[in-house]
Amino acid sequence: MAIRRLFIANRGEIAMRIIRAARVLGIETVQAYSEADHEMSAVREADAAVCIGPAPASQSYLDISAVIEAARSAGADAVHPGYGFLAENAAFAEAVVAAGMVFVGPEARTIERMGDKVAAREAARAAGVPIVPGSDGRLDDVAAVVEAAREIGYPVMLKAAAGGGGRGIRVAANEDELRRLAPQARAEAQAAFGDGGLYLEKAIERPRHIEVQIMGDGTSAIHCFERECSVQRRRQKVWEEAGAPGLSQVSRAAMCDAAVRLAEAVGYRGAGTVEFLYDETGDAFYFIEMNTRIQVEHTVTEMITGLDLVVMMIEIAGGALLPLTQKQVVRDGHAIEVRICAEDPLLQFAPFPGTVSGLSWPEGEGVRVDHFLYEGYTVPPFYDSLLGKLVVHAADRATAIERMAQALRGCRIEGLRTTIPLHLALAADPALRSGKVHTGWLETWLADGGLKAAAQGETL
Amino acid sequence: MTEIPSPLPGTFYQRPEPDAAPYKSKGDNVAVGEVIGLIEVMKTFIEVKAESAGTFESYLAENAAPVQAGAALARLA
Repeated sequence: MAIRRLFIANRGEIAMRIIRAARVLGIETVQAYSEADHEMSAVREADAAVCIGPAPASQSYLDISAVIEAARSAGADAVHPGYGFLAENAAFAEAVVAAGMVFVGPEARTIERMGDKVAAREAARAAGVPIVPGSDGRLDDVAAVVEAAREIGYPVMLKAAAGGGGRGIRVAANEDELRRLAPQARAEAQAAFGDGGLYLEKAIERPRHIEVQIMGDGTSAIHCFERECSVQRRRQKVWEEAGAPGLSQVSRAAMCDAAVRLAEAVGYRGAGTVEFLYDETGDAFYFIEMNTRIQVEHTVTEMITGLDLVVMMIEIAGGALLPLTQKQVVRDGHAIEVRICAEDPLLQFAPFPGTVSGLSWPEGEGVRVDHFLYEGYTVPPFYDSLLGKLVVHAADRATAIERMAQALRGCRIEGLRTTIPLHLALAADPALRSGKVHTGWLETWLADGGLKAAAQGETL
Repeated sequence: MTEIPSPLPGTFYQRPEPDAAPYKSKGDNVAVGEVIGLIEVMKTFIEVKAESAGTFESYLAENAAPVQAGAALARLA
């Protein structure tokens, strides 16, 4: 059933992105908003808008019955969940379908299966995708955790079986430490997810985070190459690239093929991402998890492939098959995205909501900005700090970094503190420029005063 | 009478966790720098500390209520 009226159950920059894709397809849009978001740009841009509840997300963007009711009464025939909020909530996907609408994403059972770390790992193993050595199933007591660690070998990482977002994760270097940490991890997992089940895997030292974009139509799947997302702070991605610097053609092909195998094995429908840890020393990669949504950093993939992933996922949700074959997906050049957040990087990344008093963005060849700001807009304090994404594309990585530095200098966001100074410092950093980064690199760099050194250099 | 203002806009919490007791009840002593609540701003929790000492009178903002920067959160006698 082709979609005619799409309800956007999200906010911020991704709501703007979805509206843009819907326009391309001639689909009407209905924007959901909370009482704190009535001045949001997506409310102005969409064909219609519906208030779904008070400012706290738990009473609006996370309230399944409020969202479903609003979508139905607005006459929508489909719901796009964006990322975050209800995007990977199987009960929500099910409720959308039960209400007679199309969920723009995979089937509820796929979300449920890939959202359970243990089940996802089993699916990966069955599809012949390499996995980090780990416990065979969930572990429900400390004795079982210790036993599993003896077999895997230290250091080990403890994770919540039902988890996500880094909560419940602990690294133990030896058995004493594991015995001390396991009860904490259990308690934290129980508190956060209502499920104290744990699983254990071998900790890879200085890993890189490389992920593969896939798109499936329920039967067939293709990949759109990989992204490098190793530059992270508190497990949040900060700077993302396509492709991964220095990755061999052989490893790239193996990783992308593995992602497609997994997607096809689970009958994946829509846009998804298969995340891997990459051990550069051993040139080995291991499945971490699959994200069953469009991701923040999908832009860099679009820049190197020329594809519109959001359009494609909406078309597939409407019943279309994959519009192209794997051979037709071609990579060209290098792309980088930085996340511009309302945080003060020089003040421990303190959040900085406020009113945008002046605004201009860079323009030019190979520069793209996905954002939701306008002059006079007050960024509310209730949600994520992401204001927008600055994306550049160039023939090669070195030129892309230069273009990023130049584009960052062309950003003017007055009235707020943003993470732009961090990105400028990163663009000038020799380690980042050489591509020698891993998932722990940025936090060490910050702890060693990398940003303060760069900030002082700027003022001199 | 002293009012404790919110340092930032956000969501105010009287308790450290949903199931915990409020930080302060009527009649409690409050020392300078003591935490009386939390403000959630952009998914980050920031402690609200008393800038002067006194006896806790009452919360002026509801638990889990949206507040503006400068809004009165609690009153000390």
